[in-house]
Amino acid sequence: MLSAESIEKIEYELTKYPADQRQAAVMSALRIVQTERGWLSQECISEVAAYLRMPEIAAMEVATFYNMYDLEPVGKYKITVCTNISCMLRDSDAIVDHLQAKLGVGFNEVSADGKFCLKEGECMGACSGAPLMTVNNHTMYEFLTPESVDKILESLK
Amino acid sequence: MATKEMKARVTKTKAPVMSALKGQTLLCLRTLTEKNPASLATYEQLGGYTQLKRLVTEKVKAVDIITQVKVSGLRGRGGAGFPTGLKWSFMPRYFDGTKYLVCNSDEGEPGTFKDRDILRYNPHQLIEGMAIAAYTLGARVGYNYIHGEIWQDYEIFEAALQEARAAGYIGENLFGTNFSVDLYAVHGYGAYICGEETALIESIEGKKGQPRFKPPFPASYGVFGKPTNVNNTESFASIPWILQHGGQAFAELGVPNSGGTKLFSVSGHVEKPGNFEVKMGTTFKELLDMADGVWKGRKLKAVIPGGPSTPVMTADMIMNATMDYDGLSKAGSSLGAGSMIVMDETTCMVKTLKRLSYFFFEESCGQCTPCREGTGWVYRIINRITEGNGKMEDLDLLTDVSSNISGRTICALGDAAATPVLSFIKHFRLEFEYYIQHGKSMVDGK
Repeated sequence: MLSAESIEKIEYELTKYPADQRQAAVMSALRIVQTERGWLSQECISEVAAYLRMPEIAAMEVATFYNMYDLEPVGKYKITVCTNISCMLRDSDAIVDHLQAKLGVGFNEVSADGKFCLKEGECMGACSGAPLMTVNNHTMYEFLTPESVDKILESLK
Repeated sequence: MATKEMKARVTKTKAPVMSALKGQTLLCLRTLTEKNPASLATYEQLGGYTQLKRLVTEKVKAVDIITQVKVSGLRGRGGAGFPTGLKWSFMPRYFDGTKYLVCNSDEGEPGTFKDRDILRYNPHQLIEGMAIAAYTLGARVGYNYIHGEIWQDYEIFEAALQEARAAGYIGENLFGTNFSVDLYAVHGYGAYICGEETALIESIEGKKGQPRFKPPFPASYGVFGKPTNVNNTESFASIPWILQHGGQAFAELGVPNSGGTKLFSVSGHVEKPGNFEVKMGTTFKELLDMADGVWKGRKLKAVIPGGPSTPVMTADMIMNATMDYDGLSKAGSSLGAGSMIVMDETTCMVKTLKRLSYFFFEESCGQCTPCREGTGWVYRIINRITEGNGKMEDLDLLTDVSSNISGRTICALGDAAATPVLSFIKHFRLEFEYYIQHGKSMVDGK
């Protein structure tokens, strides 16, 4: 069941589109439900599809196409490090190595305590702050150094 | 749903220090000189929204506005460089139903981050530009599609829209006239391909972002099958200035064939990466100086001047180039989105190309076989070279595969994927040969 809070947010997104184009809100709806529940189970996707009165497969297509949707559990904090060219030139490899050593995980793995998941990201459009990463998709941390990464990890309780 | 927190964010966004703005000509980022650049009050204080009000209340004719945009020489700032005024003239004037406007803020081309600064430092100028375009083209509804990864900037823009709505700059019957326009922010969620305008339109409709065949072009069949005008963020943000000062004044800021100012995103091996808004025709050297030069006192090796879909240039090629459409094309590359990726002498071009190839492989939408399969081939071949298993004939194979992607796909991602391969091998062939012969990099020995 979608929570009342999710429904309220989805309804706000629906105001952006014509009444007969409910499917247009699927990008937001999946984002809203994922933010609330941590990841998108098959059940979440079905619920979103039903609410928007669209075929389940069409919602599934969207959820699998865009890489910020997570179709598997990603722990409490999903850390996505950009390793594309501008970040690579400013040594994102060192940041990845540091995170992997510190969290004891490789890419696409969840730490033993279920707290962190590490992902490799593509260009996030903020290359002046390279190297950089996002936490749970919506908070970006720029100008990373191993030291600043430690501080950020400490702040994630 | 602009929360208090979001509103606070608009007023809290701080501008960079003034000294950083030296040598720049701020049009799209004109609020950067002020304390709270993103706020409505700041924009109004600088004369913001006066052009929208003037055009709408004086009922200035669409054809006159489009003429100014044509005269300005403004060319699409998303990378294609198509003349904006001409694009506007493609929109059908009479249409029985809703026409749409779309702003493309889905910048995901590696090294591109200029639109982000417009969204977070001067969102109201973008809103005014979009509203003027809506008035001109008769579009009732507009969407700004924002790259999902810059979520905090999406929220700033949403809050700015709320401010503009509350102040009567967008909404119903503006300034007591019968002109109405609704503008909304929508977001991507991690797909480079959605920067392609028809993939973006599919995404707005709630579908996976796979480009459409053209024709029909968006001007006749766009969002929800209705006539739609799609422009880049920086293009829209240039509009209010053009109408305030006239198209001619904008054109004169630049050089022939490249009117106005341009935001250059400078990243990679420079001391001070960032966006620099300068007049078209500014020299590469000046721009590099603004970024405080190549970092750590090292020598310049190569530059990708407009994002990876533009050919890489050696230091010699770019050193005396001017940064404008003709200047860069004469020098052997192109302006693209003005995304300048700077590489110093320690950069291994083979490894750099490997990362770029992985990006295109990862982001190919899978619709066209040459791109879906070809990008995978290219990545795997470069990967085997870096693993020490390369063969000398791989270089011809890479060129062959890339040439067979280029021009054989629905959208330009295929061409974009081929460009770095062809240009890296062309200009740095020795490095590739060395890697194949020795199983290690000529540059870092690893």
